[in-house]
Amino acid sequence: MNRRFLLHSSSSRTFAQAIVTLLLVAASGCSGSSSTPGGSANRPKAVELLNVSYDPTRELYRDINAAFAKHYEQEHGTAVTIKQSHAASGSQSRAVIDGLDADVVTLATWPDVEAVAKSGLLRPDWQNRYDNNSIPYHSVVVFVVRKGNPKNVLDWADLDRDDISIITPNPKTSGNGKYSFLAAWGAARAAGGSEDDAQKFVSALYRRTPVLDTGARAATATFSQKGIGDVHLTFEQEAHLEVDESKGSLEIVYPKRSIRVDPPVAVVDQNVDRKATRHAAEAYLGFLYSPEGRAIIAKHHLRPWGDSPPPPAAGETWPAIETFDITFVAGDWNNAMKKFFGEGGVFDAIYQPNGGK
Amino acid sequence: MPAHNPIFRSPRRRSVLPGFGISAAITSLMITALVIVPLAVLALRAASLGPTEFLAAAWTPRARAAYAVSLGASLTAAIISSVSGLLVAWVLVRIDFPGRRLLDALVDVPLALPTAVAGLVYSTLYVERGWLGRYLVPLGIHGAYSWLGIVLVLVFVSLPFAIRVVQPVLESLDRDSEEAARMLGASRVQTFLQVIFPAIFPAVLTGFALALARALGEYGSVVFISGNMPFKTEIAPVLIVSRLEEFAYAEATAIAVVLLGMSVSLLVIVNWLQQRVARNSQ
Repeated sequence: MNRRFLLHSSSSRTFAQAIVTLLLVAASGCSGSSSTPGGSANRPKAVELLNVSYDPTRELYRDINAAFAKHYEQEHGTAVTIKQSHAASGSQSRAVIDGLDADVVTLATWPDVEAVAKSGLLRPDWQNRYDNNSIPYHSVVVFVVRKGNPKNVLDWADLDRDDISIITPNPKTSGNGKYSFLAAWGAARAAGGSEDDAQKFVSALYRRTPVLDTGARAATATFSQKGIGDVHLTFEQEAHLEVDESKGSLEIVYPKRSIRVDPPVAVVDQNVDRKATRHAAEAYLGFLYSPEGRAIIAKHHLRPWGDSPPPPAAGETWPAIETFDITFVAGDWNNAMKKFFGEGGVFDAIYQPNGGK
Repeated sequence: MPAHNPIFRSPRRRSVLPGFGISAAITSLMITALVIVPLAVLALRAASLGPTEFLAAAWTPRARAAYAVSLGASLTAAIISSVSGLLVAWVLVRIDFPGRRLLDALVDVPLALPTAVAGLVYSTLYVERGWLGRYLVPLGIHGAYSWLGIVLVLVFVSLPFAIRVVQPVLESLDRDSEEAARMLGASRVQTFLQVIFPAIFPAVLTGFALALARALGEYGSVVFISGNMPFKTEIAPVLIVSRLEEFAYAEATAIAVVLLGMSVSLLVIVNWLQQRVARNSQ
């Protein structure tokens, strides 16, 4: 291990060589980057799709992929294999922008897909390509509490109590965290509070949040495995997974109202045109709206879009919950990002040493 | 050290090792591809901001607090690693005991373990319900979701460097001079301070610099144990990730540039100290 290798500049001659090489590399990089889309309309015998998604959809898409592959081969005689990639939604979005060859993106929040569109990989009208603004299923933010609900947490107002500590990931780094923040804000507003009341409520809530994990699954581990906190704010489908894993030591509480979580999907136009996979990719996302797709979605505790959604299991019903969406909380996502999560926004103010009201 | 006798100096100053041209080309190509190009991209991205925008992104109160946490915890961890690394190296080199080779092999484990795993395990151990936390938390010692927790995992990831750098120097240390010192009447403390320590101090400093560099760059383990509370336990790399989430690439690189600048300055200082010590001890 030679530390000097790192710290001392090499002799001036090798430095000059390095500069020349750098210029050569830069020059070759500029000329070779344009690519031409393949215009072939013939569909190949076998297709491979890459679905770039976020953390909590791992289990859902494993089932969807198997069902869709069967369905598509029966309909069109083409074998499809679908590869999955899961990580935090924001970093997945950046990976696609930076060149990960996704055929479809199924991400947690609208800004993550819109960022891909802004990079030119999607057509600007991507939202209008599928029903319900390309949102095939939704979820709600619910509470997970310890067995028997020992602190008697029933609704958002209980999170304002001094004896309640809350677990939720950092809204700056996590889509799950963003939705929890917006749910708390919206709940305060929907209960008749002013902007000031809402700000006081979320400030108090985050002051009693002892850990800000960077992602949804890490927050789940903090709450369920390390036993920290009284309430864990998370998506309904993630809450079900967490409770199932806990072997009876956790339970779900549905607040009176909460935010509707709308994860959008899109075909990555540039990539599917180049790879000639558009037909299969469009059919794949369309499958999410089919009766078979909706049943699988419901089984994973995500609420399928459309009339009379199938229940999570035979004989069960979806727990009733009043919902509001991003329009109610902030007008639109751009506004929400700037107002709440941008540099110097509401969330930052909570942690200013003498700010945050 | 080059020979100062002019008789031995060849007039054309040819290197004794052949193949300078090709090895210099390979070296510069590798350094360019692995170090210079990425750093140039970093600088270019950050340079897309004007000076005021750069300051607004990289020098906010929150960012300054994060630099302080990053540098403070890394320095503390590097000091602990250097001192305890010297002890461990001493034991491994000078004392023969059963299981020594096993212990010697265990030293490298932190290098191979994914650091996120270390962060998870440490935080699970030190939380209130954890195996260690249940005894320590009542005493007021919080080893998880605290500044102390950050230092703990940073010591874990940086200790191997501190040990492995000092070890070979201790091994090659000439024992005759120690014996001579003792026979001339030096006490044990005097022998250590005046004979042994000056010989190994440059290596200890090198180990310190490596441990510091390793600790400054660590992300995976820290995010799991720090709790990431702004102004308290938020390290600078977490801020960088936050800005990336907003697709604010330039602002994120601005923070990275400042962090890099601070790290390099620290390393340069340590390097300068080390050279001074090495010169003085000759």
